[in-house]
Amino acid sequence: MLNFTIRRLVLAVPTLLFISLVIFLLLELAPGDPMAQVPLTVPPEVKEKMREALGLGQPMHIRFWKWIVQFFWIEPQVLVDAMFGTTFSEGDLRVISWQTRSPVMDIVVQRIPQTLWVVGTAYIVAILIALPIGIYSAYRQYSWFDQMGTFVSMVGFSVPPFFSGVLVIVVFSVQLGWFPSIYDTTLVVNSWDSFMLQLKQMIMPVMVLALQITAQLSRFMRASMLDNLNQDYVRTARAKGLSEYTVVMVHVLRNSMIPVVTVIALGIPAIFGGAIITEQVFKVNGIGQLLIGAIQANDLPMVQTLTFIFAVLIVLFNLIADVLYGILDPRIRYD
Amino acid sequence: MTDHDKSDTLIPDEGLAPASTALPTADVMEELATPPRSQWRDVWDQFKTHKGAMLGAILFFFIVAGVYLGPYLWSIDPTQIDIRSRNQGPSWSHPFGTDQLGRDILARMMSGGQTSVSVGITAMLLALFLGSFIGVLAGFFRRLDGPLMRLTDLFLALPLLPLLLVMMLLFREPLSAAFGLERGIFILIVCAIGITSWMPTARIVRGDVLAIKEREFVLAARSIGTSNSQIITRHILPNVLSPIMVSATLGIATAIITESALSFLGLGFPPDFPTWGRLLFDGVDYLQQYPERVFWPGLAISLTVLSVNYLGDGLRDALDPRIRGR
Repeated sequence: MLNFTIRRLVLAVPTLLFISLVIFLLLELAPGDPMAQVPLTVPPEVKEKMREALGLGQPMHIRFWKWIVQFFWIEPQVLVDAMFGTTFSEGDLRVISWQTRSPVMDIVVQRIPQTLWVVGTAYIVAILIALPIGIYSAYRQYSWFDQMGTFVSMVGFSVPPFFSGVLVIVVFSVQLGWFPSIYDTTLVVNSWDSFMLQLKQMIMPVMVLALQITAQLSRFMRASMLDNLNQDYVRTARAKGLSEYTVVMVHVLRNSMIPVVTVIALGIPAIFGGAIITEQVFKVNGIGQLLIGAIQANDLPMVQTLTFIFAVLIVLFNLIADVLYGILDPRIRYD
Repeated sequence: MTDHDKSDTLIPDEGLAPASTALPTADVMEELATPPRSQWRDVWDQFKTHKGAMLGAILFFFIVAGVYLGPYLWSIDPTQIDIRSRNQGPSWSHPFGTDQLGRDILARMMSGGQTSVSVGITAMLLALFLGSFIGVLAGFFRRLDGPLMRLTDLFLALPLLPLLLVMMLLFREPLSAAFGLERGIFILIVCAIGITSWMPTARIVRGDVLAIKEREFVLAARSIGTSNSQIITRHILPNVLSPIMVSATLGIATAIITESALSFLGLGFPPDFPTWGRLLFDGVDYLQQYPERVFWPGLAISLTVLSVNYLGDGLRDALDPRIRGR
């Protein structure tokens, strides 16, 4: 098992390097000049100085190397310093945002909790809803419940979040006035009232995100259950006289969960990406909105770092899914 | 793979195959009575039994027809500004009302739909071409399999939406300078969606090619000296057509959603060039007063995607010989 994990870990390194290269080259080779916004009255030698101040003076491979060092070596040191009060990273140059002239990672760290709250809650809610739906619709295949489930998940697939989000805003905050349409991130939860406010403002974004995830997960759970329900070991379990509950919830469910768990792990990074749109709809100032803002302001270091963080999430959760599959299904380990 | 029905023809028929009936005895009789049928006829019969897919196909057909032929019947120019009749509700002269500049929303929906549907179809074709090409190469030539599949894995690990946004930011101006504003952005969006969505097709096609190239008819073709390119075009490609067709329908759906998402984030087509996503984005500003402005484009996107998804679902069942037999 350890061997398997290490092999996967080693494979992740070239993947990450390739992705960082793709992102770097995309930003590098793209036509367009970061100095384009500077007024024409600024003399060329001053412009050259400004260029150097932004770190644009050196050749491409050196800047790529510097960025890699900053991201993989200096930023972790900053993290360690912040956690244990050490001073490893003193005097080192960090990735600086062009918008705010402050380190990119500091801003990202400020924004991540908002995203995590909304996305995390949505994911948990979706899992809690999707799994029972999937189990029951597989157990009663082609019943009206199953047909309804298929239809609802088809709708969940097809209605994009920027429409379902706007729709729930129209219904619940414009017409009914139940929930606020804008997510207030400055709200401090310190009393029952503020907790209720937080709950109210989270309901709509969570609902929109959860609908999408539920649609996919419940279909997957159903397919996985159906694969297992007709297997021989299920007949054996029934023949032994086990109760129907034990057969389905213990024997079948445990085996069906193997692919579903990996799908749940694989879906997490996609959800972060999808949250970009939901954050935009509900004005949650998480990392998705940070990315959009940085793109509109032409803040390349910020865009680069955020895109790369999304990539790291994908690679990380792919790895987690692989390892989980290996743990849950012994047959995978030995190939 | 092209398994013709080998049942004997006892009674010559007109060739009109009725849909399968419930009684098994009637079914057997029918099977004996019908002449050998082509595979596509079987596929069509199976497809017809899937109600959702038929509905989806009809709906999609109507949406496409309405969007492309509608402007001939409803000849108001979508960009014509009539400031005195702005913000009107539904009426006979403007069934969907007018927007904040007095432009007719029905006309804008049609012209926006043309863009959205053509972006969807073109991007799907590009992704399909790339995916099938890489899939066939990887499946057919063992030496290319490793590198190409590694490449596919790497592409699957890219964060797609952020990268799409970055591409839109970086290449929008040069391309619109080179090809004109609208065509430049059209090319950009189609290419961006195409090169970020070919991976699932490539994987499926590769798997099927791997299985098919071991079959006897490929061996037979090779033994009479057929060249590799001929084997691929004559024998392999027709047999992997069904997964390609299924990913085509699903590809239209994702491409339309992605284009609308880009427009919704303000990084798609320019404001005076409507698409469904852009209309939705513009409508959000007037959400409180005129919620219907958000509703119509959103409904159009959702219905198109829903119909295409159902179409793909039915197509997958119809093209699967294991299901078709039942």
